[in-house]
Amino acid sequence: MYPPAFDYAVPRSLDEALDLLAEVGDEGRVLAGGQSLIPMMKLRLAAPAHLVDINEISELSYIREVNGHLAIGALTRHADVVRSEIVGAGCSTMASAAPWVADPLVRNRGTVCGSVAHCDPEGDWNSVMLALGAEVVARSRTGERVIPISDFVVDFFTNALEPGEMVTELRVPRDDERSGGCYLKLERKIGDYATVGVAAHLRLDERGRIGRAGLALTSVAPVNLEVEEAERMMAGQEPSEELFAEAAEIAARTCQPQSDVRGPAEYKRAVVRAYTRRALHQALATARGER
Amino acid sequence: MTTTHQPTTPFDMGGIGHSVRRKEDDRFIQGAGRYLDDIQLPGMLHMAILRSPIAHGRILSIDASEAEAMDGVVAVVTGEMLAAHDLAWMPTLSGDTQAVLATDKVRYQGQEVAAVIATDPYIARDAVSAIFVDYEELPAITSPQQALEEGAVLIRDEKEGQTDNVAYTWEAGDREATDEAFAKADLVVTLDTHYPRSHPAPLETCGVVADVDPATGEATIYLTSQAPHAHRTLFAIVAGLPEEKIRIISPDIGGGFGNKVPIYPGYVVATAASLLIGKPVKWVESRSENLISTGFARDFHMHGELALTADGKILGLRASILSDQGAFYADAQPTRFRAGLFHICTGSYDFGAAHVAAKGAFTNKAPGGVAYRCSFRVTEASYLIERLVQNAAYELGMDPAEFRMKNFIRPEQFPYLSPTGFVYDSGDYHTALRKAMEMIDYEGWRRRQREPHPEGKLIGIGIASFTEVVGAGNSRTYDIAGLKMIDSAELRIHPTGKAILKLGVKSQGQGHETTFAQIVAEELGIPFSDVKVQEGDTDNTPYGLGTYASRSTPVAGAATAVVARQIREKARRLAAHLLEASPDDLEWEPGRFFVKGVPDKGVTIQEIAFAAYTDFPEDMEAGLEGVHYYDPPNMTYPFGSYIVVVEVDPEDGTWKVLDMVAVDDCGVRINPMIVEGQITGGLTEGFAKANMQWITFDENGNCIGSNFLDYLVPTAWETPRFRLGETVTPSPHHPIGAKGVGESATVGSPAAYVNAVIDALWSKGVRNIDMPVLPHRVWGALNGVEVAP
Repeated sequence: MYPPAFDYAVPRSLDEALDLLAEVGDEGRVLAGGQSLIPMMKLRLAAPAHLVDINEISELSYIREVNGHLAIGALTRHADVVRSEIVGAGCSTMASAAPWVADPLVRNRGTVCGSVAHCDPEGDWNSVMLALGAEVVARSRTGERVIPISDFVVDFFTNALEPGEMVTELRVPRDDERSGGCYLKLERKIGDYATVGVAAHLRLDERGRIGRAGLALTSVAPVNLEVEEAERMMAGQEPSEELFAEAAEIAARTCQPQSDVRGPAEYKRAVVRAYTRRALHQALATARGER
Repeated sequence: MTTTHQPTTPFDMGGIGHSVRRKEDDRFIQGAGRYLDDIQLPGMLHMAILRSPIAHGRILSIDASEAEAMDGVVAVVTGEMLAAHDLAWMPTLSGDTQAVLATDKVRYQGQEVAAVIATDPYIARDAVSAIFVDYEELPAITSPQQALEEGAVLIRDEKEGQTDNVAYTWEAGDREATDEAFAKADLVVTLDTHYPRSHPAPLETCGVVADVDPATGEATIYLTSQAPHAHRTLFAIVAGLPEEKIRIISPDIGGGFGNKVPIYPGYVVATAASLLIGKPVKWVESRSENLISTGFARDFHMHGELALTADGKILGLRASILSDQGAFYADAQPTRFRAGLFHICTGSYDFGAAHVAAKGAFTNKAPGGVAYRCSFRVTEASYLIERLVQNAAYELGMDPAEFRMKNFIRPEQFPYLSPTGFVYDSGDYHTALRKAMEMIDYEGWRRRQREPHPEGKLIGIGIASFTEVVGAGNSRTYDIAGLKMIDSAELRIHPTGKAILKLGVKSQGQGHETTFAQIVAEELGIPFSDVKVQEGDTDNTPYGLGTYASRSTPVAGAATAVVARQIREKARRLAAHLLEASPDDLEWEPGRFFVKGVPDKGVTIQEIAFAAYTDFPEDMEAGLEGVHYYDPPNMTYPFGSYIVVVEVDPEDGTWKVLDMVAVDDCGVRINPMIVEGQITGGLTEGFAKANMQWITFDENGNCIGSNFLDYLVPTAWETPRFRLGETVTPSPHHPIGAKGVGESATVGSPAAYVNAVIDALWSKGVRNIDMPVLPHRVWGALNGVEVAP
C-alpha cells in the first residue's frame, strides 16, 4: 500500500518540533507511534502534507510520579505502560487496560498520548482517562495548556488541540490506598477494536462508602462515553450488588451502540450491562485491597 | 491400521518416516526467500488498478485524461482498449467468461475498471485517483436467494441466452432410492446452515511481473502461481501467444491455499501491457485488493436431511445447496463437477441412498469459489454431514460418539462404494474415534458437563469424524479446463551420486523440497540432503496440474516413487555389471545393491551413479535418469476424528476451547513433523472459520471484510492448544501408501468446534448457529433474539 506524497521532518528537540508545527499549521500531523496514522495514510484515508516525526525526542518518553499523579510523556509506548512498575503500583485501571490495547506489535510502537489525541471512540485509553479524570498537557510555540480529558475529547476523531499544538504529557491521578479500578474489554481477537469496553474506577472514603466513582465506555457511542449519571448516582453510596446493578442499568440505557459486524445494538447493551457490573465489582475488590 | 510407520532408512538418509528439518527453511529463516515482489528487472514499470466503488452499475464514461497527463504515467489501460485486442473478457476455470477490465457494467465492488502503468508504484496509485468514471447505479444483489427472486435484475445481461441469475444446476446420487429411504424413516432430522464466504488470505498477496521481450516475442511471466504449467497453457489460449514462447516462473510463494490457482484480470492486463509497451510490468495486489477481488471460498447455503431408524441407523441423506457464485462462475474445480466434490457429503457413514441437488446463483460479489485449503467443496460437504450427524444423535437421545460408531463404514467394507459414486480406498474410522475419545477423556468431560458450573458457564463437547477425498485425478474422471489431472516427476542422478528432482507441482510452504527428497531417499538410498527439488519454472520442469486440493503427495509423490523405482531397476543392471553378477542375484538395501548371501560384495548407489557416466556396459544407454507421468488409479481418502471441548459464557456469548484432540489418518507419513505442521495450521484455520472469520456485505453490496481489521485471522494468542494423535491406514493403491493431508484439518475441524458450542446449548433449545459462531450470535440464540447478520 502506497500513501500519497508528503513532507517529512525529524526534529531533535521539543522546541524544534513546536516550531515546525507552528510553520505547517493545519497541514501538519505529529508522527509518534504511527499505528493509526500510517495505516490511514496507506489506505489514503488521511493525506497530511507534512509529518513531524517526534521519535528522536527521547526526553518525551517517560512515566513519572509527580505530586500525586502519574505523568506520561508523548513518546511513551503502550508496551512501556504494560511493563511499568510505577503504573503497576500507582494506577490499577491503567495497568488493567494496557495489555488489552491492540496487540503486542502495535503496543511496541504505538503511544498512549497518540491514542488519546486520536479520539477514536473505539480506542481504549480515553475510557480509562475519563474514568480516572485525567488531564492532557498540550504545548505550542506560544505556551502550555492543561486540559481536562472530558474537555479534550470533543467529538468523533476530534480533540481540543489548536493548529500548532501537540500533546506532550498525560497526567493521571494516582491510586491511594482506598481506590482501584479496572478495564474490561470484549474483542473478537487480539488487536481488534473493542466490541464493548468498560473502564471503572472507585475511590472509597474512610467508612468504605464510594467517595468518587468513574465509569466510561468504549465503542458504544460517537465518543468514549463517561456515564456521569451513574457516577453521580454511586457517589456517597454504600457499594452493593444492587447499587452496581443499577449503575449497570444506567450505563446500558445511556450508551448509544450501533448495530454492525460486532453485533446488534441490543447485544452491545447487554454486554455493557454485564461488564459494567463485573468491572465495578472488580474495582471495589481492588479498592478494598482484596485483589 | 497401525499406530505409526517405522522408518526403514537411517535418520541421516532421511527416508520415509523421519522428521528431518526442512531444507527450504535455511533461506526462509534468513530472510533470503525470493518472492514475487523481490523481483526487480531493468526498466520495469509498475501497474495499479482502478476498481469499482459500487457493486452494480453501468459505465457511462471513463475520463483518464488527467491521469494520462501526469509525470511518470506511461499508459492508462481501459476495457475498451483491451476489447480492440479481443482481451476484454477471458474464460474462467468453470467454463464461464469473466471481464478482464469492465466495458459495459461493473458487477461487484472491487471489479477491475482500468489500469495505470507508471514508472513507480506511487505514481501509479496517484494516477488511479485521477481517473474519473461515471456510473449509472443499478440495484445490487447481495444474496443468492435475492438473485433467484422473480424480477431480479439480470446481472449477466451480456451473456447470450442468459435470462436469469442461475449460474449452474447440478445433481448427484439417486433421487428415487433416496425418496424410498426417507419413506421408510422413523425420524427425519434436518439442518439449514450457511457456510459463510471466506478467503484464503495468504500472507503474500497475488502478483505478476510480465516481461515480454519485444525482439523475440518471448514472454517470461513471473507469477504467484500454484499451477504454473496449467497457467502457461491457459495463457497461450487466452492471450493467443504460442506456448513455446511463454515461460511461467513461480518463485517462492508465501502461501496459496487455493487463492493462487485462478488467473486474475491483473495478470492478463500486466502481460498485455508489457507486450504493447515492450518493458517489464509488475503488479502486486494490496491486501484489500486481495480480499475484495480475488478467489473467495465457500458461501454455500445448505439444507440437509437425514433419514433415521428409531434404533439409530442412518438410511439416507438428502442435501440441497444454493451457492453464491458472485458475478462470474469461476470455481476452480474439475470440469465434470459443478459443485466440486460436494457429493462426498455421505462422509464416514454407511447407508444406502443419497441425493444432492445444487444450484448456483450470480450475485453482485467478487467471483471465485476457490478450494480454500480444500479438495473442491469437500469442506462444505464434511461440515454438513458432521453437523447433521451430531444433531441426529441428540434427536434420537443417543450419545453422538455412540451414534457415529453405530453408523461408520466398517474396516472390512473397504474398498467402499459410496451412494454418490466414490470408491473409498481404505479406512478404520472406529479406531480413530476411539483413540480421540481416550486422548481427551470423553467420558470424564461428559461427567463434568453435567456438574453445575460455579460461574454459570456451559460446557460443550463436539466431535467431527470426517472423510476427505483428495489427490485428483484419475484422468478418466478429472480434468480442469480439459487438462487431465495427472502429475509428473523427472529425476536425474548426477555422476557424484547427487540428484535433481523436477516436479510439475509447486510448493507454497508445504515443504516439497524436503518431502519429495525424502521419497527419493527412501527409494534410492540417496540422502535427502543430496536431492535438489526444483519446481515452478515451466521451461525446466515436466508438465503438471499443480499444487492444490491435497494432490501433490498423492499424485506427484507417487510419480516420484515410480520414477525412482525405475531408476533403481537400471541401477540394478549397472550394479550387476560392476559386480559381474546377474541382476537377479542382487539384493537391495537402502543405498546399496549386494550379492545375495555375500553382503560384503556390493556397490553403493553413489558408485553406481558414477558408473552410469564412466563405466557402463556397451549395450546400455548412458546416464541415470527418468521421467514419469502418474495417473492415479483412484483418489485417496484421508480421515480423522476431532474432539473439542468448549466453555460458553452465556452472559456475553463468548466461548473458549478448553481442550482439543485431533487424530488424523493420512496413511503413511513421509515427514511426520511436516504433517503435524500441516494439521496444526489447518486446525487453526478451522478455528478461524468457526470463531471469527467471514466476508460479508451490506445491502448495497459494499464488502465488509476488506482488510485484516474486518477479516480476522487468529494469532497465537487466541488459537487453542491442539493435541495431535494418529493412526496409519495406508492407501492400498498409492506406491508408498500415502494420502494427502494438507487440508484434512481445515475440512474436518469447523464442524467439531460448532458441534461443541451446540452441544453446550442444546438443552437450551439451540439447534444451529451459523459460522462464524460470534459471541453476539451465541447470545442471540440463547436469548431468542434475531441477530442478522
